Amino acid sequence: MYVAVKGGEKAIDNAHALMAQGRRGAESVPELSLEQISGQLSLAVERVMTEGSVYDRDLAALALKQAQGDAVEAIFLLRAYRTTLPRFGSSQPVETGSMAIRRRISAAFKDLPGGQVLGPTYDYTHRLLDFALAAEGGARAPVAENPEPVEAAMPRVTDVLGHQGLIEPSGEGAEVPGDLTRQPLNFPAGRDLRLQNLARADEGFVLALAYSSQRGYGNTHPFAGEIRMGEVAVELVPEELGFAIEIGEITLTECQMVNQFKGSKTVPPQFTRGYGLSFGHCERKAMAMALVDRSLRAEDLGELVSNPAQDQEFVLYHSDNVEASGFVQHLKLPHYVDFQSELEMIRRLRRENAEAAQ
Amino acid sequence: MTSATIDTDARRHWMGVLAKSSPARLAQLWTDLDGLPGWSHLRRPEVGLVMVRGRMGGDGGPFNMGEMTVTRCSVRVDGGAVGHAWVAGRSSTHAEMAALADALLQMPGWHQVVADAVVAPLARQLAEDRARAGRQAAATRVDFFTMVRGED
Repeated sequence: MYVAVKGGEKAIDNAHALMAQGRRGAESVPELSLEQISGQLSLAVERVMTEGSVYDRDLAALALKQAQGDAVEAIFLLRAYRTTLPRFGSSQPVETGSMAIRRRISAAFKDLPGGQVLGPTYDYTHRLLDFALAAEGGARAPVAENPEPVEAAMPRVTDVLGHQGLIEPSGEGAEVPGDLTRQPLNFPAGRDLRLQNLARADEGFVLALAYSSQRGYGNTHPFAGEIRMGEVAVELVPEELGFAIEIGEITLTECQMVNQFKGSKTVPPQFTRGYGLSFGHCERKAMAMALVDRSLRAEDLGELVSNPAQDQEFVLYHSDNVEASGFVQHLKLPHYVDFQSELEMIRRLRRENAEAAQ
Repeated sequence: MTSATIDTDARRHWMGVLAKSSPARLAQLWTDLDGLPGWSHLRRPEVGLVMVRGRMGGDGGPFNMGEMTVTRCSVRVDGGAVGHAWVAGRSSTHAEMAALADALLQMPGWHQVVADAVVAPLARQLAEDRARAGRQAAATRVDFFTMVRGED
């Protein structure tokens, strides 16, 4: 029997008002502006853009404000908003080789053209709480400037290795890549779809998988060949013009993991690649993505697929935090009738057991 | 100057500068222009998404990375040229001003005025911002030195 039950409208309205009060916090404290969130919680904003899969700082800041700083909820809000907008088209592939570098490091080569540029980083901090930040308006160290800026374009470490044939080429792939927001995911999935999936995947999930591959559940022997962060121009060819124009600039973080590969009868020994790319400065995500990208290439490279990080279906079906959060949290919704039937079943089983024992 | 003789590289340059500049700065320069001709929309400002593509391994085949918000707009100057704009973000006024500037820059009577009063200062600002970020990054470049150990 199915019984439809209505009710709770008043309770829901009141619950939402209560939540809005909690979101606002004490009225005696000024309300957060989107500019403050965007400017001072920029890494949170960039995570929401990356996993929300929409580059728009103001929207991501609004989503974070609305979600009281809950990143996964904010990502959900941004994904939902995205569905209300038309798709105008696709950009030309961004050229990270001509990125305006703000950070660029290599753990593989000490002396590389352009050098090790640390940029803004938490590396080398002691992770001690800085109580000076608890007091507002404190003075900070002046930002140093060199007389000369960094080079306009720096070669990638993988380009350097590639010129010497010491690393596999990246491969061409399809001219029009697959789009998992438009087509259902089928297996085996091409690397284009795997990278799209990983780019919008939950950072925690990808990080844990990457970690598992390092600890032995996988076969990556990675070097952080290069990590770079900075601005790239986005180009697009509008139909009415027929030539490419720049429509804006976005901040990207790119990670090139360089991994071992023994070679074969036809291929000389060479390094293999793992690739990570994020919106904004999401370095941990880009690094983890590069490790998991390499792990997921196991089958293509003729390696044994025996660990979670190498298993396409396992990784790609569980990486999306909007889907995962939806399925886990749907358990909160009323399951009164389902539960009632199980309750009756367990009572009947116990009754039958008791009768059999007599 | 007709659309057939407009240098595509020049147009690519100004459209890029107009798109990459801050809407506030563009609006500020715009108010300094006097006697602008009448114009109308061919396509009202429309907000949508563009899928940003990356390259596998940075230099391989393309993949879809994620989308960005973009506003596009097309205008026609009364008795003059048609201008288009595609600009990142969701600012209608940014797209409108950029489209109108694109139209005026194609008109002989207006080209130099808009190039000097709008495009040049915006391009200068972008170059200055880029250079400052580059100088700040350069100050974080590591100078390695070797510790001398032992005697002499």
